[in-house]
Amino acid sequence: MTLFYALIALGGLALIFGVLLGFAAIRYKIEGNPIVEQIDEILPQTQCGQCGYPGCKPYAEAIANGDDINKCPPGGESTVQKLADLMGVEATPLAVEEDADNTKKVAYIREDECIGCTKCIQACPVDAIVGATRQMHTVLIDECTGCDLCVEPCPVDCIDMLPVKKTVKNWQWDLKSIPVTTID
Amino acid sequence: MESILEQIDRGIIWDTPGGVHPQTNKSLSTQTPIERLPLPQELVLPIKQHIGSNGKLIVEVGQHVLKGQPLTEAAGHWSVPIHAPTSGTVLDIKPMPSTHPSALPELSIILEPDGADTWCELSPWPDFHAKSNEQIVDRIHQAGISGMGGAGFPAYVKAQPTHPIEYLIINGVECEPFITADDMLMREHAEQIIRGIEVLRKLYQPTRIIIAIEDDKPQAIAALTKACEEDHNTIVRAIPTKYPSGGEKQLIQVVTSMQVPRGGLPSDVGVVVHNVGTIFAIYQAIFEGKPLIERVVTLAGDTLSKNTNAWLLLGTPIKFALTHVGFVPEKWQRVIMGGPMMGFTLPSVRLPIIKTSNCVLAPSQNQMPFPGEEQPCIRCGACADACPATLLPQQLLWYAKSNDHQKLQDHKLSDCIECGACAFVCPSEIPLVEYYRVAKADIKQAQQDKIDAERAKERFEARNRRLEREKEERNQRHQRGRRQPNNNKASETKKTNDAVQAALARAKAKKADAVNDNDMAALREERKRQAKLYKEEKRASAQETSTKEDAVAAAVARAKAKKQANASSVSSSTANNETEKESQKDAVAAAIARAKAKKIAKNTPPDEQSEPAIERSDNTSKADDPRKAAVAAAIARAKAKKAAKEPTSDAQSESAAERSVDNAAADDPRKAAVAAAIARAKAKKAAKEAPSVEQSESAAENSDDNATADDPRKAAVAAAIARAKAKKAAKEAPSVEQSESAAEHSVDNAAADDPRKAAVAASIARAKAKKAAKEAPSVEQSESSAEISEDNEAADDPRKTAVAAAIARAKAKKAAKEAPSVEQTEPTVESSDDEMAEDPRKAAVAAAIARAKAKKAAKEAQSKKHGDEN
Repeated sequence: MTLFYALIALGGLALIFGVLLGFAAIRYKIEGNPIVEQIDEILPQTQCGQCGYPGCKPYAEAIANGDDINKCPPGGESTVQKLADLMGVEATPLAVEEDADNTKKVAYIREDECIGCTKCIQACPVDAIVGATRQMHTVLIDECTGCDLCVEPCPVDCIDMLPVKKTVKNWQWDLKSIPVTTID
Repeated sequence: MESILEQIDRGIIWDTPGGVHPQTNKSLSTQTPIERLPLPQELVLPIKQHIGSNGKLIVEVGQHVLKGQPLTEAAGHWSVPIHAPTSGTVLDIKPMPSTHPSALPELSIILEPDGADTWCELSPWPDFHAKSNEQIVDRIHQAGISGMGGAGFPAYVKAQPTHPIEYLIINGVECEPFITADDMLMREHAEQIIRGIEVLRKLYQPTRIIIAIEDDKPQAIAALTKACEEDHNTIVRAIPTKYPSGGEKQLIQVVTSMQVPRGGLPSDVGVVVHNVGTIFAIYQAIFEGKPLIERVVTLAGDTLSKNTNAWLLLGTPIKFALTHVGFVPEKWQRVIMGGPMMGFTLPSVRLPIIKTSNCVLAPSQNQMPFPGEEQPCIRCGACADACPATLLPQQLLWYAKSNDHQKLQDHKLSDCIECGACAFVCPSEIPLVEYYRVAKADIKQAQQDKIDAERAKERFEARNRRLEREKEERNQRHQRGRRQPNNNKASETKKTNDAVQAALARAKAKKADAVNDNDMAALREERKRQAKLYKEEKRASAQETSTKEDAVAAAVARAKAKKQANASSVSSSTANNETEKESQKDAVAAAIARAKAKKIAKNTPPDEQSEPAIERSDNTSKADDPRKAAVAAAIARAKAKKAAKEPTSDAQSESAAERSVDNAAADDPRKAAVAAAIARAKAKKAAKEAPSVEQSESAAENSDDNATADDPRKAAVAAAIARAKAKKAAKEAPSVEQSESAAEHSVDNAAADDPRKAAVAASIARAKAKKAAKEAPSVEQSESSAEISEDNEAADDPRKTAVAAAIARAKAKKAAKEAPSVEQTEPTVESSDDEMAEDPRKAAVAAAIARAKAKKAAKEAQSKKHGDEN
């Protein structure tokens, strides 16, 4: 008889907790893989496709599934480092040779040469190019991620990648520079 | 328990943590009254001299302006205008080095004084009490007043507090060594400062007004105490001399014991702080109607023969001011803007005085030796004792050096006021503040990057959603169109018409959607074509009653619409009949222009000989059409570019080109312009061209000659061929010969009897060109097979041309994306071509199949590769 009570008690408890757990599993279900979101946060979101995936999110998913973390040239070494910390793997040098100058660039359309073909508009992953058929196009510099994707499709090669203009706002002190003053 | 107000009234002041006591050196410049300097030769006025955004220019070069006339008007958030400091002429408006440690150019107005110093019309308000607060704030705004203490915060923003103000603090502390501008201003203009305070009293209605002055300025304290002795609400408070008591947050704590919360504003604790310089500017704006055009600047340092304060017009070159007080620079002379603690060394003295410049310091090396070499931190903790913000400078230095943004933020780097007290006490002479400035800028940049990334992501996702939606809508439209004719069997003729109409509507909608290079010609042409199509369908449907055929008709319409929308104008025109000669020509011309542009862009040396052909075709096609002009322009541009980029000379191509020029220039005046462009291009080319292109060229010339023989249309064909070759030649290794000769054969055949074939051939050529451009030697096989099939087709039915075009397109696409795996799919395409011999409708269907295959092929290329090779 004692055995019977024990079984009922334990069975009852198991049932209650089972129901609770089952409810929690449905109620607090996490959509998707949260690690993907975290990786996506770290990636620079240029959507340039240099990693071989169509955008940063797909690459984040690929990393979550075990792809290499060193395929993002726009992010540079710092991104690799952060990804390494997050994924708990060894930080490896960038797979692609990083550009000698790592300055941020934006696309610039030489407007008098633009023939209005809209090819660059279709190529732009962030809709940073405005224009219409047979009308001159231009780049919204603030929205341009400098991904390069518009340069190749241009049939007249009128798109340049120019470094972002240095202004007082984005100027940075250079502690290593030798102070030069012109007194005259 | 006494309230804060009672304690203040009792004269209690509070202490702040940290602080240092550097040598003040103030007596150097307080010996003489504030001077007035003569007018300089020219004034350079940066249009942004404060924190916030710059105003909008309202003067132009050459305009004569009067003293006090606004030069910009406020536009946007936190923007204040600037005014002409004297009457004169605007010499120029251009970027000039700014008064900033970087001296990066900023847009400035250069004003040449006329010497008359004529004021514009002023409207003083002797009785400002009659004005509303809004009017007063607006006056302060329009007078261009920004904080004169150093940061340059727009005063009108501070004049509209979001919280009720209990204490208005007037900052006359001026704790930095050497600077005495505020001191002298208070001594000489105490009366005006008190009247300026009256204005703010009306705005804020504070419980107490506290004028805080360091106790090393007894004359200023005396002057102000005397000026406000009848006023019981105003307290002149002498505070102990300590650097940096003049910092806003430090001062609030000294006189009220309250601390401004991190990231908050003084108004959050019911306090507002104004500099005495700002108060004086407000006085002038209200009681005299004068905008902010000059300020008191301390000129100090022992390389000057006289240390003094001077009223300097904004825009006065620093060099002018220094020269006036006897500046004798020594070796390695430094000129510092601001004080020795927080100022920065100017990269040049050809910079203007701006609203925030309170001191120009030109010390000798005796007076202010260069800092010694930085030694390692010994962790003595002196900096932590000196820090007025109770931070841990040694820890911050550690993290700043290792670029650890997270730790820096944990240690509240953002609370650092960059006062320099830590660097002042550091026994290792570490320039701590410089590290913090860099780290702060880095953190700001990182945050901005993060925001940008977030935005880019949003936009990317929005775009993907849009594309997805469009695709969905397209699919739905297609499905609806397919179902409709099938469902209704009764009254077929009518239904078919409906279906056709639906198809037309779809086609139109699609065209509207398509962000493609449809020009007006294509549009017009399409309308014509639709009308024709509609007629045809009507006829057809009248004869054919089976529903199956209806479906086919719908499919045809769809296919055509699609072709129209997606393909280049040439291919769409091939799908049509002779009735649209005109529009066809336009389209061809446009395509040629485009092709040239591309050619230029890729900079292939041997394509010159194709040009003459193209031009010929251009001439013919454009003889009667105004569009020609634009095309011609494009060609000219293209040539210029080519010429500019190309290396070494090539005689053969030249002669060919000349021949064509002669032909071209023969009869049409329009051709003259084109010919001129050609000639230009050639001249340049001759100078620069490379050898090694002969083979492909001679072939090209052959075809050109043939093409030009009898039909103007063929010119276009020839052009296309030439183009194709040029491209191929440019990108490929020796393996092209085979395919080329084949191509020429087919084209020659095609061009023989039917003008339409010309277009077909053109598209073939295009396809090849593309293929050639992207591919390695493995294309020959596929090409030759394509040509055979095309030759067969071109024989009898005009509709087939469309098919051929589609095939060509398909191939091109495939070629562009693929490696060796093309061969397999092509035979099937060709077989489908054979079937299409009898029924014209099937042509369109076949085209669609071809297209589909091409697409598939392109996608599967990667995976198929291995299987294909085996």
